[in-house]
Amino acid sequence: MVSPGGKMREKKGTKTRKPKGEPELPQEYVPPPLPLPGDDFAMPVREVVKPDNQLQLSEAELNDEVAKMLTANNPTAPRNVARYNVKERAYKFEPMVEQTITHYAADGWLLHRGADEARRQIDMDKMEQEAASKHQSDADRSLDRRDDGDEAPDDSRQLRNQFNFSDRAAQTINYPLKDRETFTEPPPTRTIQGSCTQWGIYDEYIKDLERQRVEEQLKSKGGRAKTQERQGQKHQEEGGQRKPDNPMQNPLLGQAAHILDRMANQNMFEEIAMDFKYWEDASDAVRPKEGSLLPLWKFGSDKARRRQVTSLCWNPLYNDMFAVGYGSYDFLKQASGLVNIYSLKNPSHPEFAYSTESGVMCLHFHPGTLLLDQACCRGDLCTHCLRKSTPPLGMFGPHCKMDQAHCLWALWGTHCLWKSTLPLGIFGPHCLWTRRSAAGALWGTPPLRIFEPDYLWTRLTAHAASKERNVWSGYTAGPSITQLGCRPVQGPNAGCRNSGTIKQAFWVGTEEGSIHKCSKAYSSQYLSSYQAHSLAVYSVKWNCIHHKTFLSASADWLVKLWDANQPRKPILTFDFKDAVGDIAWAPYSATVFAAVTDDGKVHVYDLYEDKLMPMCAQKVVKKAKLTKIVFNPKWPIILVGDDKGVVTSLKLSPNLRKQPKIQPGQKETLEQLEWAKLDHVIDVACRSDPEAMKEQAAAAAKAS
Amino acid sequence: MGDTAAIDETFKRLQSHKGVLGVIVANADGIAIRTTFDNELTVQYAALVTHFTVKSRSVVRKLDPENELKFLRIRSKKHEIMIAPEFERNCEYYLILVQDQAMGV
Repeated sequence: MVSPGGKMREKKGTKTRKPKGEPELPQEYVPPPLPLPGDDFAMPVREVVKPDNQLQLSEAELNDEVAKMLTANNPTAPRNVARYNVKERAYKFEPMVEQTITHYAADGWLLHRGADEARRQIDMDKMEQEAASKHQSDADRSLDRRDDGDEAPDDSRQLRNQFNFSDRAAQTINYPLKDRETFTEPPPTRTIQGSCTQWGIYDEYIKDLERQRVEEQLKSKGGRAKTQERQGQKHQEEGGQRKPDNPMQNPLLGQAAHILDRMANQNMFEEIAMDFKYWEDASDAVRPKEGSLLPLWKFGSDKARRRQVTSLCWNPLYNDMFAVGYGSYDFLKQASGLVNIYSLKNPSHPEFAYSTESGVMCLHFHPGTLLLDQACCRGDLCTHCLRKSTPPLGMFGPHCKMDQAHCLWALWGTHCLWKSTLPLGIFGPHCLWTRRSAAGALWGTPPLRIFEPDYLWTRLTAHAASKERNVWSGYTAGPSITQLGCRPVQGPNAGCRNSGTIKQAFWVGTEEGSIHKCSKAYSSQYLSSYQAHSLAVYSVKWNCIHHKTFLSASADWLVKLWDANQPRKPILTFDFKDAVGDIAWAPYSATVFAAVTDDGKVHVYDLYEDKLMPMCAQKVVKKAKLTKIVFNPKWPIILVGDDKGVVTSLKLSPNLRKQPKIQPGQKETLEQLEWAKLDHVIDVACRSDPEAMKEQAAAAAKAS
Repeated sequence: MGDTAAIDETFKRLQSHKGVLGVIVANADGIAIRTTFDNELTVQYAALVTHFTVKSRSVVRKLDPENELKFLRIRSKKHEIMIAPEFERNCEYYLILVQDQAMGV
């Protein structure tokens, strides 16, 4: 159907409706009065609703007749539809176009009674009705029965699976599936990385070899040994598995700390170390007859402050190590003693330190070992092994009734026979116990066993026992020995004719000022005596190269150079204007020696250069008396000890260590040249003294 | 077991030397066991020095497996770090000393 689209809409209804805000309707329309309520027969109200946008027409227009015509054509249908005609192979306009438009369509649900579908539907309804009525009747019946026998109606019966039904009580429990999740702490992870290196492999191989060796040892041993070994191994295994040691208790740490200590010291005293090694006094080249001493390190400690340095000794094995003995030269005020062993590498602190009951008087290192002998004021002799810092290896005291008046002044050339770590015995042919007491008896030791209590002491010089009583009451009948000098055994002229007697002989200086030549072989008397000094002899030192001469130093300000064969008169005499504490020959030259005096000066002489004046006289300490001096056997330095407990090291300038140069082609050795130098000095000195000349000639004649 | 008292004494002495800024003993893991530095510096020194030392040891042992690093000395413009390591199996440790050499001289 085609709707032309009416312009008017009519609506029939009982209600009047006025849209809100609607402009007033035209005045010509008057609505009829509302019907009375309950008047069912009243005429329905007719209402005309005009839309707003309705075209307003004038009267003429309204009266104008509009012709409306129905056509069978669809006005919107296209008239020019072209389709491809396959037969003619060309597009052609469609002559016929669909003119039908469906505006609304609805399917109905009504059926015709006579149709098949309707009949089927009626049958189904009937069947359903029958089933429902049947069920109802059953329910009614069971309800009746329940009323009779109190039984619950089983309305589930209808729903049961009659083929595969099992009662609920007979069923097993079916656990329902459940999901349960928890979060744990993430397991600890660790990044481990390592690298395999050649040396790591090497280490493992070495360990494996060691293990195999132990296993083989186990196999080779049987029985009891096996169990013991097993235990041992167990221990070892425990040792292998045990936790790392506390490094603080590790002995290796101590060593490492020691090295660091030295390094820190090296940094602290860097300039001095450089001076020690490389600095030479340039002014020596300008002034050939003068030398100088360059102070290097000072060695002192709190403990040593109030003590006097009584002995200094370089270690023969290590050229930078030396021992300092502290004690007191005032024999009425004795205190405990101290031994410090220093190294030049660590000037601020001693490597080892020992305290002794009585003051130390003398120290001596065993050649080639780290054994240190020390002699104490009371007459004790101890031996320390420096590798172990614990108690002394041996202690000796004179066997007879000796009291604190016995003083051990000097030690020389003790030799030690070694077996494993304990000395079998000390063979001290030159070990001397001297007595500061009345008689001044000399005690020497024949080969002596340390650990046997009954050591033998031979008396060298016999003196009446009655005189040995009072030391301090003026009964000094015999000499009190203060110093002891022994000829160095080695050397070019040591093996001369009477070498036997030379080895046996030794020289002792006494407090009375005389020097005695003694021999172990003839213990009843002195071989000869030198009336050397008027006060106590403090030092007797043999020349290191020239084995016929020695020096003696005394409190009477003098140092004398002696020929061993001329006891009457010294070859040379040097006046130092103050008490001479100690003297030392230089190890490198036969003509150089150094002396220290109470006014704190060190004097160095080179007899070849100048016999009258020292090459160098230098004050090295303030307000202290110098007591000891030693030359280092290798380096050009000397150590000087004073009575305030300080040891000063000094470097010798080049002029103080002149040595003859060996010309190429020259046959003589350096030692022979040095020997000749001193011989020349002695020769000149003797020529100036006719008496000595005569004596020398007589001695020569006697010898021949 | 070593003589702890002697070691302690040596340590005290080390610290008293002129120019010594501090001493550290670190174990194998680079953890300081004993120190004279403050906490932060100690941790830094111990960790860094330990690594460096292990590297240095590797150098020595790679060149010759029978060789071993014994001592290490680092000289810088300001300080000198001295390290005495020990690589023994059960007692590995590093002993570190820092010294200001300008102060020492």
